[in-house]
Amino acid sequence: MRIQEFTKGIIKRNAVFSLALGLCPTLAVTIMVENALGMAFAVTFVLVLSNLIVSVIKGFVPPDVRIPCFIVVIASLVTVIEFIMRAYSPTLAEHLGIFLPLITVNCLILGRAEAFASRRPVADSILDSLGMSVGFGLALIMVSAIRELLGSGKIVIFGHEIVPTVLSSPAVAMTLAPGAFLTIGILLAIMRRFRVI
Amino acid sequence: MENLLTIAIGAILVNNIVLTRFLGLCPFFGVSTRLRNASMMGFAVIFVMTASSIITWAIYQYLLIPLNMEYMRLVVFILVIASFVQLTAIFVRKHSQRLHRAFGIYLPLITTNCAILAVVLINTMVKEYSLLETIVNSVATGVGFLLALVLMAGIRERLDLADPPGAFRGLPIAFVSAALLALAFQGFGGMLL
Repeated sequence: MRIQEFTKGIIKRNAVFSLALGLCPTLAVTIMVENALGMAFAVTFVLVLSNLIVSVIKGFVPPDVRIPCFIVVIASLVTVIEFIMRAYSPTLAEHLGIFLPLITVNCLILGRAEAFASRRPVADSILDSLGMSVGFGLALIMVSAIRELLGSGKIVIFGHEIVPTVLSSPAVAMTLAPGAFLTIGILLAIMRRFRVI
Repeated sequence: MENLLTIAIGAILVNNIVLTRFLGLCPFFGVSTRLRNASMMGFAVIFVMTASSIITWAIYQYLLIPLNMEYMRLVVFILVIASFVQLTAIFVRKHSQRLHRAFGIYLPLITTNCAILAVVLINTMVKEYSLLETIVNSVATGVGFLLALVLMAGIRERLDLADPPGAFRGLPIAFVSAALLALAFQGFGGMLL
C-alpha cells in the first residue's frame, strides 16, 4: 500500500487531461457545477466499488472472459447508483439524464479495472480508484466552473449563489456544445504549456 | 412517413450524436486522424448500432417488459452489445479476409463506444420507439456519427500541415477545431421539422 497510488491520479495522470479517458460526461454534463458534482459523486461510487470488487474476484475469473465479467460488475453498480440518485435527488438525476446510465461505458472505469485492479492488491486498487476519482472530479469542476461563469454569468450550487452575477450579458455559446470543446481544448493547451501534465 | 423523416434528419443533423449530444467522443478523437480509417470506423458503427438496436428492442419488448425486469436493462443491453460485437468479429474473420483487414481493428473498440449504448437506451426508454422508428433512428444516428467523423478527419489531415503554437499541437487543436465544427452544427438547431 503506497500513497503515490493515490496521488498520481490527481494531477500527473489525470483521467481527463492526461489520459483522455471519460471525455463524454466531461463535455456533456459540465453546463453547471451542480451537475459536475453529481456526476463526480456517481463516478466515484462506481469506480471505487468496481475496483474493489474486481480486485477481490481477480483470482476466480478466467482470463478469457474477464472483460464481460468486469462489465457486468460495473453495469450492476451503475444500476444501483441510478436508483439511489432517482430516490434521493430526482432533479439531479433528471439533469444528468442519459449520462447516468452511460457511466457503464465510461472508459475510465473499465480502463482502471482492466489496467490496474485486475492485477494489483485490494488496498492499492482502492487508493488508485480514489485518486482517479478525485482527479476526474477536479477536472469536471474546473470545466463546469468556467462554462457556468462565462455561459450564465454566475455560479449557483444547490440554490446557494457561490459567485454573484459578474457578467450581465453572458456568452450563451459556452453552455452549448461548442463551449465545451473550446474550454477543454484551451485548458489542455495551458496545461501543456506550463508542463502541469 | 413524415414522422420517420423527422426522426432521420433530427438524428443526422439537428441532434448529431457527436457534435451536439457529446457521445462517442473517444473514437471521434481517436480514429479521426486519417480519412480512410474514419470512414471505415463510421460504417462499422452504423452496422453494429442498427443490429444491436433491433436485438435489444426485441429483448426489451418481449422479455424484460413482460417479466417486469426493466431495471435489468443496463446489464442485459451491454452484454448483448458486447457479445454481438464479439460474434461479428469472429464471423468476419472466418468468412471474409478483406472485410477483416478493413474492419478488424475497429470492431473491438466499438464495445466501449458509448454512442451504441446511448442509442439503444434512447430507442427503448427515452422515446419508446416502435421497431420501424428504432431502425430509422439507429441508421440515421450512425450516419450522423459517420458524417462528424469524416468531417473531423478531413480537418485533421489539413491540420497536420498547419503550424499551430507548440502547446496546441495534437489533441488541443483538435478540440478547438471540434468547437468550430459544433458551432456550425448549432445552426441546424433552428430547423423546423
